[in-house]
Amino acid sequence: MNSDVLLEVKDLVKKFDDDTILDGINLSVHQGEVVVVLGPSGCGKSTLLRCINGLEPIQGGGVYLDGVTIDPGAKNISEMRQKVGMVFQSYDLFPHLTIMENITLAPRKVAGRSKEDAEAEARQLLERVSLLDKQDVYPRQLSGGQKQRVAIVRALCMHPEVMLFDEVTAALDPEMVREVLDVMLGLAAGGMTMVIVTHELSFARAIADRVIFIDGGRIVEEAPPKQFFTAPRTKRAQEFLNTFTFEDKDSQDS
Amino acid sequence: MQDLGISILFKGTNFLRLLGGLWTTVKISLIAVLISLPLGIILGLLMTSNSKFIKAVCRVYLDFIRIMPQLVLLFLVYFGATRTFGVNLSAFTSAVIVFVMWGTAEMGDLVRSALISIPKHQYDSAAALGMNSRQTFRYVILPQTVRRLLPPSINLITRMIKTTSLVVLIGMVEVLKVAQQIIDANRFEYPTASLWIYGVIFLLYFLICWPISLLSRALEKRWAD
Repeated sequence: MNSDVLLEVKDLVKKFDDDTILDGINLSVHQGEVVVVLGPSGCGKSTLLRCINGLEPIQGGGVYLDGVTIDPGAKNISEMRQKVGMVFQSYDLFPHLTIMENITLAPRKVAGRSKEDAEAEARQLLERVSLLDKQDVYPRQLSGGQKQRVAIVRALCMHPEVMLFDEVTAALDPEMVREVLDVMLGLAAGGMTMVIVTHELSFARAIADRVIFIDGGRIVEEAPPKQFFTAPRTKRAQEFLNTFTFEDKDSQDS
Repeated sequence: MQDLGISILFKGTNFLRLLGGLWTTVKISLIAVLISLPLGIILGLLMTSNSKFIKAVCRVYLDFIRIMPQLVLLFLVYFGATRTFGVNLSAFTSAVIVFVMWGTAEMGDLVRSALISIPKHQYDSAAALGMNSRQTFRYVILPQTVRRLLPPSINLITRMIKTTSLVVLIGMVEVLKVAQQIIDANRFEYPTASLWIYGVIFLLYFLICWPISLLSRALEKRWAD
């Protein structure tokens, strides 16, 4: 990991009407770094990702990629979004298009690449996630885990500089979680810059270079994964981690 | 055999006259559908616009057309226009105007509900891929809207074909009028004529509307997500 800051969030404030969801978030993500964002539900994690991709108007501060502002009201917003790949909890493939068409639509129509070129790359990426044989089927014929892997490929095919993952395994059956997480581990190993919101703590620990803990719209703790999971400094992070652990039945009885 | 009265159909040009009458109905429906399709799409788009004023105007129009019985609208245009504005509309033109007004309202509502039935996530994931709003609409939203729209709009055609039989009341000679003429003219010779003639009309309507609803159902099935 080198020290170039790729993505920067400065004093970000997001409000829905009078509700403050994000209250002054500061975050720098370096080239090739994997940042995992943790926090209780409703703490603003997903909103943070949506703001980073310019899907939400913000009320203060700013988001910068390579020093250029990502502003949903600006003219260059579509251009900026091409540089930020995003994968959603509910996959959101386009139901009227085949897998191949889903993946190549944006590269062809937005990036202006040729059909052959886009399809060649799509096939390569599908091969990597073991779904090459599904290229001509429609999304409804795939399982949740397969859809999510296609959604990742679809985002990758636009050659993003950073990838955002918004609870991508939350809607999946447990046995399908692994296949999606493995794809993400592969990406991280390949040097992709990633910001991940997840509830899979052991996965977070395995993939993160840095953990950000958000509560009440603020970053409460920021630490390397090992330190965060073994010796969290703040009480709120401790409480959060405790909600995931259960005491053994024996120790309860005694 | 004569007692059965079915032979009345084959007397003179009776059957052809019935078909001619039916054609009048179908012609009004087809013209009205062809005009109300694009108008309805525009209305539907306006109804999903952000302007509250435009939305309210569209809503009033839609409710007005829907609450009014089509017959009242027909009388309003056919008799009212002549009296009030001194324009002498033919029954055919009046019928087309009324059914375009009605078709536009119904079509507009179908377009509106098809548009709002597209999940917000589809817009988000298209935007996240860098598509601008025009590209999102053209490649992602429109194709899905059309798929959802086609079955109910085909159904609208059958509803229109059935409703156009009302034009008999503004003096148009369509299939039911022809039927009455045939029945009246043969009252003594064929006492059971009404059964046969109306039975044939039933069949004719069925033969026209049934394939259309089959098509609508087939499309619905094929494009089910």
